[in-house]
Amino acid sequence: MKTEGQIRIPSGCAISAVISKNGNKLSGEPVINSMKPMHDRSNGLGGGFAGYGIYPEYKNFYALHLFFDSRATRKECEAFLKERFEIVQSELIPTRTVPAITDKPIVWRYFAAPLQSVFRPLQLEEKEFVARTVMEINAGLPGAYVFSSGKNMGTFKAVGFPEDVGLFYKLEEYEGYSWTAHGRYPTNTPGWWGGAHPFTLLDYSVVHNGEISSYDANRRFIEMFGYQCTLQTDTEVITYIMDYLLRVQKLTLTEAASVIAAPFWSTIAAKADPDDRKKHTFLRTVFPSLLITGPFSIVFGFEGGLMALNDRLKLRSMVVGEKDDRVFIASEEAAIRAMEPDAKNIWSPAGGEPVIVKVKEGALS
Amino acid sequence: MQIIDATNLDFKAINKALRQAETDYTVKGCCGQRFLAAGMSGKSLTIEGIPGNALGAYLNNAVITVNANAQDAVGDTMNEGKILIRGNIGDAAGYAMRGGKIYVQGNAGYRAGIHMKAYREKFPVLIIGGCAGSFLGEYQAGGVIIVLGLHKDGRRIVGNFPCTGMHGGKMFLRGSCEKICFPKQVTARCAAAEDLEEIREYLSEYCLDRKSVV
Repeated sequence: MKTEGQIRIPSGCAISAVISKNGNKLSGEPVINSMKPMHDRSNGLGGGFAGYGIYPEYKNFYALHLFFDSRATRKECEAFLKERFEIVQSELIPTRTVPAITDKPIVWRYFAAPLQSVFRPLQLEEKEFVARTVMEINAGLPGAYVFSSGKNMGTFKAVGFPEDVGLFYKLEEYEGYSWTAHGRYPTNTPGWWGGAHPFTLLDYSVVHNGEISSYDANRRFIEMFGYQCTLQTDTEVITYIMDYLLRVQKLTLTEAASVIAAPFWSTIAAKADPDDRKKHTFLRTVFPSLLITGPFSIVFGFEGGLMALNDRLKLRSMVVGEKDDRVFIASEEAAIRAMEPDAKNIWSPAGGEPVIVKVKEGALS
Repeated sequence: MQIIDATNLDFKAINKALRQAETDYTVKGCCGQRFLAAGMSGKSLTIEGIPGNALGAYLNNAVITVNANAQDAVGDTMNEGKILIRGNIGDAAGYAMRGGKIYVQGNAGYRAGIHMKAYREKFPVLIIGGCAGSFLGEYQAGGVIIVLGLHKDGRRIVGNFPCTGMHGGKMFLRGSCEKICFPKQVTARCAAAEDLEEIREYLSEYCLDRKSVV
């Protein structure tokens, strides 16, 4: 079989997320349940989750989750990592046998800190060094793939339906303040473990329903800045765009949303506030190659929060709801009801209108 | 009255039960099952919970009442009958409907009434109680879309780009349209008495439905 990156097949998908604004611990179970009513949006070729705040005991270390095709690859990758990182824990990610999940690679995690003696002389910031290491492994070490690289967060993904993937990774045993989930219906790529969502870099993660038509334009632009898109999957490029805009360019979340889901020029021209008009004109002018066209609804996860965003034409559905300090986001209201039957203030954000939910200041310290 | 408990049933099982039912019936505990009552005729059903996408697709003269919100593509290509949504409706409501009525008490998402069309005795009617999202009546070719603007959160009655590609039918927006930009091929004017007379029958029915107790 050809794997991800070698073939492109011309997605319905399901996304879902929950966050506690008080930073309360939520098990992975509700978000797994939310995927059940949306079962038919996936086809069993990919499911995955990201949990934030799940590794408090290792919160100062990068949690690197990797797929390996063999023990030899793992040894080779470990030797590479040890030259750059202090590894404080190295273990198999606990899984249970689920009949529907087959062909599993070696699923491993490291808790590690980059060696200052290595990255300081390179005059790199720590996060940049970690990001480059991830790129080097994913592009240069066949058989090894880093699918999660943030602190105190982790991604769990596989080929299968999301509810089976959640069971496989025992996510009911983890507790985090926010969770995102994805059920995949791959349309352009064959469906491999690495190609399942969420896509992550550092603590940023993206789950995506849609099919972006600007993929190649976006990819060509972002690859100029050291990002390497290895999977031909549109979600991967969204992840790198967000990393570039937020971490490298230091834009705010709202500004980044205005770049990737920029309003039409006619909508910008009709804006009443001249400063707002000027800002949008500036962002569209400076980052034209990062406008993402075609249908998408995404949930973007980061340390301490979530952002939901639709493409400017809103070609995919997305619903938001609340209950007490929890906020829910999903492709369908039914998914929110599966997490919280009594959810209130159900509404649909407009196309290009970001919904940003953050854990209250101080709740996570 | 027959009751079908939809908890743990998939859409096929529910639709099978619906087809076999001989009386009016209520579906309880609905949570996202798609295609409910697809192609159904001559029956009346009430749905408790959240029906999934494409509720009443190809509906053929059945009557559906939803006592909550509905998701996307309600009444996709419906032919005849009526769908009453007591909450809000998702995107693409009445997608390509060519007959029958969809009455929404709350707001509508994007692309309500996309590709609606009328033909001979067929005349689709979509009434939205609150406001509608962008691309209302996109490619509308026939029938009538009415937005009443009864919502109270101050949002504009319709989002951006209404009537894009519209080439037939009528749309009524109750309220100020000053800031709304219509495409060139559309004629926009204040409704005359005879225009309102055309829709009186539908509005009366809509008001009665709205008053009726759940």
